[in-house]
Amino acid sequence: MSLYYVILQQLINGLILGSFYSLVALGYSMVYGIIKLLNFAHGDLYMVGAFVGFGTLGLLGGILGVGWLGIAAALLISMLAVGLLGMLVHRAAYQPLLNRRAPRMSLMITAVGVSFTLFNTVMVMTNGEYETVNTSLGYSGISLGPVNVTYTQIVMVVATALLMLALHWFIKRTMYGKAMRAIALDPDACRLMGINVTKTIGLTFFVGSSLAAAAGVMAGVYYGSIQFFMGFIIGLKAFTAAVIGGIGSIPGAMLGGLILGLLETAGTQLPFIGSAWKDVFTFGILILLLVFKPTGILGKSEIERM
Amino acid sequence: MSEIALVLNNLEAYYGKIHALKGISLEVPQGKIVTLLGSNGAGKSTTLKTISGLVPAASGTVEFYGRNITKEKAHNIVALGLIHVPEGRRIFKDLTVRENLELGGFTLKDEKLRRKRVEHVFELFPRLRERQKQSGGTLSGGEQQMLAIGRAMMTEPKVLLLDEPSMGLAPLIVQEIMRIIQQLNSEGTTVLLVEQNAKVALKLAAYGYVLETGQIVMNGDSSRLRQDERIVKAYLGG
Ligand SMILES: Nc1ncnc2c1ncn2[C@@H]1O[C@H](COP(=O)(O)OP(=O)(O)OP(=O)(O)O)[C@@H](O)[C@H]1O
Ligand SMILES: [Mg+2]
Repeated sequence: MSLYYVILQQLINGLILGSFYSLVALGYSMVYGIIKLLNFAHGDLYMVGAFVGFGTLGLLGGILGVGWLGIAAALLISMLAVGLLGMLVHRAAYQPLLNRRAPRMSLMITAVGVSFTLFNTVMVMTNGEYETVNTSLGYSGISLGPVNVTYTQIVMVVATALLMLALHWFIKRTMYGKAMRAIALDPDACRLMGINVTKTIGLTFFVGSSLAAAAGVMAGVYYGSIQFFMGFIIGLKAFTAAVIGGIGSIPGAMLGGLILGLLETAGTQLPFIGSAWKDVFTFGILILLLVFKPTGILGKSEIERM
Repeated sequence: MSEIALVLNNLEAYYGKIHALKGISLEVPQGKIVTLLGSNGAGKSTTLKTISGLVPAASGTVEFYGRNITKEKAHNIVALGLIHVPEGRRIFKDLTVRENLELGGFTLKDEKLRRKRVEHVFELFPRLRERQKQSGGTLSGGEQQMLAIGRAMMTEPKVLLLDEPSMGLAPLIVQEIMRIIQQLNSEGTTVLLVEQNAKVALKLAAYGYVLETGQIVMNGDSSRLRQDERIVKAYLGG
């Protein structure tokens, strides 16, 4: 197989991986943007999303089948359920601290606590076992020479793109989207405009969490198995993607996720040293990038110290 | 006797242990401009913040057209027709001029009405129309103040609380801002105007209060305050 086809194949793999990272990074970035919280529980919401999707597919599979129809239903239900879970986490864990103007460090520790809570709950509920996600999607697709792009891959990339377009429209065009951007700049001024700041922050959690859930369901379907610790690594990767793109920036999170996904898959094809060094390769490049652009690619204001 | 738009009764407020308001009582009659004067740290901004719900009142009451709004949340007060334009304008610098105005009309249910009101603000401030797609942070100080006032007018409030609209502006621009406030007032908006620039404020207002370390120390008709020796000495550079 020529180099050209290897590159093309890896580009597609990188795009898929990057889409998952982007979807998770978006929620990370939105929450950071609006309340300056690094929500370490965000990766766990992705994991919970995968499990809710898996459970829904199990329940509805008998009626809707385990093809695209069943998966779409599982995706929507998971997005709704995890969106509400995100709102609950905001109300129960973070808002009481925000009301008291608690230091940022307290919020971060709370986030770690929420992460452990979600993680351990799912661990106990699943006995810590892997679950296999059975679908009827198969491997048919389009062949470009020796490179095969499955319909599953195409649908995943298109679905991610649609979700991002919808988010972009929501943030840019709707009043609540504008309110979110305004709260990130000056919450008290927003209150003087009649904006219910707490409610709008809750909505931000809903949107961010449901995007993570969408990524979780798609990753489960794509890789075929899920487990309770799947949120940990992707949480770190999505955080990285958000920082690379410029944390707080929505297009930045999208871009950061894609760059990270592409770099990682490129890392598996390194000549001479092999794929064992892929993380070193990826993070080496990212660290270099941050040296030259400390605020991330699309970040504007200086990154705040934690 | 005309209707009273806003009444403060013995209002007290704290920042932690700092006793910022020590029992403020004042009245703003419907359709009038009333000014609240005082030097740095007197508690002028705190008074407005306590009215609009940003700072909780420790005791005392705020009545808006007879309705007790002391415990009302800030975002609910807006819909009643009481708008606070905070000190330093606080416009959203990364959002466009138009978006700033739209957010001023956040509580409006109808998108069409919101667009109509934006048009109305543009008629009031033609300079904002030209700059509607620019981000708010690129405006000059005077334009930012116009944007802040325009943003407040989006809901066509009954009462406007203005905190030092003249701050940091050149005399000519101050005159223009004051002319606009006068115009809004003549169209029916009641105004409580906080100023350090007593000269300008007393020209505009019918009535004035003077605040010192959290207490009202003097009040009266503007014409009388303008002649008062202590006022002239302390605030009019006499
Ligand atoms: N957020 C805060 N935390 C603690 N103290 C505050 C806070 N805001 C104001 N103060 C204090 O409360 C008092 C009144 O402040 P306020 O801002 O109301 O004064 P002001 O009359 O508006 O002054 P200026 O003309 O400088 O704007 C001052 O002593 C001030 O230091
Ligand atoms: Mg002040």
